[in-house]
Amino acid sequence: MRVHAKRAVALAAGLLLPVTVMADWTMNMSPGVTSTSNQIFSLHMTILWICVAIGVIVFGVMFWSIFAHRKSRGAKPANFHENTVVEVLWTIIPLAILVAMAIPATATLVEMYDTTESDVDIKITGYQWRWQYEYIDDDFSFFSNMSTPRDQIRNRQAKGEHYLLEVDNPLVIPVGKKVRFLLTANDVIHSWWVPAFGVKKDAIPGFINETWTRVDVPGTYRGQCTELCGKDHGFMPVVVKAVPEEEYNEWVAEQREMAEMERQLTEKDWTLDELMERGERAYATACASCHQADGTGLPPAFPALKGSQMALEDMEGHIDIVVNGAPGTAMQAFGNQLSEVDLAAVITYERNAWGNNTGEMVTPKEIFDYKNQQ
Amino acid sequence: MSAVADTHTQDHHHGPAKGISRWLLTTNHKDIGSMYLIFSFAMFLLGGSMAMVIRAELFQPGLQIVEPEFFNQMTTMHGLIMVFGAVMPAFVGLANWMLPLMVGAPDMALPRMNNWSFWLLPCAFLILVSTLFMQGGAPDFGWTFYAPLSTTYGPPSTTFFIFAVHIMGVSSIMGAINVIATILNMRAPGMTLMKMPLFVWTWLITAFLLIAVMPVLAGVVTMMLMDIHFGTSFFDASGGGDPVLFQHVFWFFGHPEVYIMILPAFGAISHIVSAFSRKPLFGYASMVYAVGAIAIMSFMVWAHHMFTVGMPLAGQLFFMYATMLIAVPTGVKVFNWVTTMFRGSLSFEAPMLFSVAFIILFTIGGFSGLMLAIAPADFQYHDTYFVVAHFHYVLVPGAIFGIFASAYFWLPKWTGHMYDETLAKTHFWLSFIGMNLAFFPMHFLGLAGMPRRIPDYALQFTDFNMISSIGAFMFGATQLLFLFIVVKCVKGGKKAPAKPWDGAEGLEWTVPSPAPYHTFSTPPEVK
Repeated sequence: MRVHAKRAVALAAGLLLPVTVMADWTMNMSPGVTSTSNQIFSLHMTILWICVAIGVIVFGVMFWSIFAHRKSRGAKPANFHENTVVEVLWTIIPLAILVAMAIPATATLVEMYDTTESDVDIKITGYQWRWQYEYIDDDFSFFSNMSTPRDQIRNRQAKGEHYLLEVDNPLVIPVGKKVRFLLTANDVIHSWWVPAFGVKKDAIPGFINETWTRVDVPGTYRGQCTELCGKDHGFMPVVVKAVPEEEYNEWVAEQREMAEMERQLTEKDWTLDELMERGERAYATACASCHQADGTGLPPAFPALKGSQMALEDMEGHIDIVVNGAPGTAMQAFGNQLSEVDLAAVITYERNAWGNNTGEMVTPKEIFDYKNQQ
Repeated sequence: MSAVADTHTQDHHHGPAKGISRWLLTTNHKDIGSMYLIFSFAMFLLGGSMAMVIRAELFQPGLQIVEPEFFNQMTTMHGLIMVFGAVMPAFVGLANWMLPLMVGAPDMALPRMNNWSFWLLPCAFLILVSTLFMQGGAPDFGWTFYAPLSTTYGPPSTTFFIFAVHIMGVSSIMGAINVIATILNMRAPGMTLMKMPLFVWTWLITAFLLIAVMPVLAGVVTMMLMDIHFGTSFFDASGGGDPVLFQHVFWFFGHPEVYIMILPAFGAISHIVSAFSRKPLFGYASMVYAVGAIAIMSFMVWAHHMFTVGMPLAGQLFFMYATMLIAVPTGVKVFNWVTTMFRGSLSFEAPMLFSVAFIILFTIGGFSGLMLAIAPADFQYHDTYFVVAHFHYVLVPGAIFGIFASAYFWLPKWTGHMYDETLAKTHFWLSFIGMNLAFFPMHFLGLAGMPRRIPDYALQFTDFNMISSIGAFMFGATQLLFLFIVVKCVKGGKKAPAKPWDGAEGLEWTVPSPAPYHTFSTPPEVK
C-alpha cells in the first residue's frame, strides 16, 4: 500500500513538475502599447469588477441561504412571493449600471472608428495561409509566412522561444505615426489581430475594411489569424516590428530598391538549375502547405503533382492553372501573388522534382509574355 | 382508417405493443420522449468523444495525435452534434414526457407527426456522421460554417451536411408545432395561460423561436447548396455576392438558437429550485415576462457575433446597446431564483445540486457575455478562447446541467424507482469539478491571446491547456456514471411514490410512479 502511495506521489510530482517549472500563468489581458489597447483594457477591467461586485452580492445572498436556511438545520420555509418594489429595483439598478458602462464604451468605439488623417497606409491581404503587406504609397509589397520549422511542430526538434509566432518577413511600421490598415482577403475570411495594439479586424474577400493604430513603443509585437480559414489557420501568425522613423525610412528605401531588382531579374537568362533552386524555395512557401513538400498532395481537395498528367505533359494548362487558378476550387490564382521569376521557377520545379523529370523549363520572360497576352 | 378504429375498440386499455414495432410505430408521448432522451444521450457521448480528441491534441503544444484537417472536422462535428443532436433533442424529449403530464393532456396534440419528427433525427445524424468516412472528410469549417470556407472551399461532403441540416430543421419545426398545439389546445380545464407551469411557458416560447428561425437556417444552407452546385453567387464576392450576408443570415438563426437551448432549462430549474426550497417561486409573472422579453430581444442582437466584420459605427452601437439590454431580463431571472431560495427550507438532492450549480455557473457565463457585449472590448475577446469559455459556461452548466437536473427530478416519475442518490451526488461533484477545470482556464487563455479553433498553440498557453484537458477528460469520463445511474434506476431501486419530492408542485405528481402508459384520459380540474 505504502509503495503504491509513494509511486502515486512520484507520478503526480512528475506530471506537475514541468508545469511549475515553465509556469506561465498569464491570466489577464495585457494593457498593450497603444491608446486604443489601453482604453480597451480599462473598459475590460471596469466591466470585470462590476461583474465581480454583482456576483459577490448575488452569490452572497445565495450562499447565506445555502448555509442558514437548510432543512437539515430545521429551517422552516417562509411563504413570501412577489414584491413590486424589489422587482422594480432589480430592473432599474442593472439598467443604470449598463447605461453607465455604455458611455465610455461608445467613446472608445467612436475613436477606434476614426481612420482619418493617417500617415502611412498599408493594405493587408489574407491568403490561405499567409499575409501580404502592401505599402500603398511606396509601391512595394511582400508576403509574410510563418517561419517555425515543421520539425518543431512535429516534435522532432525542440520548440523555439517564439514557436508559431514567428515569420520570415514581419510588417514594419514607424513609431508615433498613425498607420491605417486596409484589410481584404483573397480566398476565405481571415482576421488580423495584434493583441498589444487592440486591433482585430476581419479580412473578407470582396470587402475592404479599415482600422488603424499608433504605436509609441518600439518593439516586436505578435498575434495570429483569428478567423477559422482552413487547415493551417493555426499557422498564420502576425508579426509587427515598430521602429523609429529614421530606421523605418531606411527600411522603406531598401525595400523599394529590392523590388526594383526583382523586376530586373525577369530580364535575366535563367538556367534550369537556377530555376530549380529558386523554385524549391518558392514552392515551400506558396504551394507545399496544400500539395505537400513531396508533391503527393492531399486528395481530393489538393491533388498530387507528383506524376500528374498536367505536370508531366500539359505545359500550357500548367502555366494557366498556376497563373489564373482554378475557379470554384481551393486552387488560387498565383499570377498576382508571385513575381514572374517565382512563377517560372515554381512551374519549372514542379515539372522536374519528385521524379517528374521532364527536363522542361519555363523562363520568367515566357511567363511575362503569357500574362501580357491575356 | 376503420382498421385502426377496430383494433382500438378490441383492446381498449392496451399497453405498449411488443418488440421493435413498439418503438418504430409508437405514437405515445412517453415512448417518444424516452427515445428522444436516449438518442440525445447517445449523441452527447459521440460529440463528447470528439471533444476528448480535441482536448487530447491540445494537451501539449505541437501536433501529436491528429492532423489539422481532422482537428477541424472534430471541432465542427463536436459543435453540430452537441447543438443539434444532444441539447435540442434532450429538451424535446423532456417536452414530450412532461408537457402532457403538466397540462393534464392524454398525449401530444399530433402523435403521428410526433413519431415522424423523432425518426427523422436518426436519419439526419446518420447522414451527418457518415461524412466522417467520405473522401475529403467531414465538414471542417466550424459549426458556424462561414462562407466561402464552407462553399467554394468546403469538402465534397458539405452537400450531405446541408441535407442533414434540412432534415433536422424539418424535425425541429414539426416538434415545435406539436408543442404549441398541445399547450394551446389541450390544457386541463381551469389552467389559464398564467397558471401554466413555467416549464410549459418556457417551452411554448421556445417553440415559437424554433418556428421563426429554423426556416432561416434552412434558407441559408439552401443558398450554400445553390452556390456549390448551381453556379449562384450568394456568398461569392467574385460573382457579386457577399460573404458577410452569410453571417447575418446565419446569426439571425444562431442567436435565437442559443436561447432555444437555454429557455426550457430556465423553466425546469424554476420548478426544481422551488421544490427543494419548499417555497413558491418568488415572481411567477415576472419570470414569464422575462422569458418573453429575452425571446423578443434575441431577434435584435444577432450582429454582436460580428463586431469585427467592419459594420458601420451606428450598427456597432445598436447591437452593443441591444445586447447589453438582454442582461436586464436575464438578471431578473437569476434574482428570482436566489430570492426563491432565500428563507426557504433547503435540501440538496441531486436535482437541486445541479440547479444551484446551474444558477451560479450560468451567471458566470452571463457575466462573460456582458463583457463580450462591450463592442470595443470584444475586439480583444472575439474568436479567442474567452469566447469558447463563455459559451461553454452557458451551455454545459446551463443547458446540460439543466437537463441533468430535470432528468434526476423526473426519473422517479418515469421509472417508478428512486435513483441512487449517492451515485448521483458523485456524478454531480465530478461533473462540477471537471467542468470548471476544463472551462475556467479557457478564460485566461483567451485573455492571454489564444485564438479558438487552432490545433496547436504558442508555448505560453501550455499550462492552462493541460489543466483544461485534464478537466475535460474528468468531465467526459464522469458521464458514463450517469448512464450507469439511469440504467440502474430503470432496472430497479427503491419504489418511488407518486410525489417523491415533498416540495414539488404540479399535475405530473398526481399520477402514480411510474406514470401509466396512458394518463389523463379524462382531464383533471385545475382550480
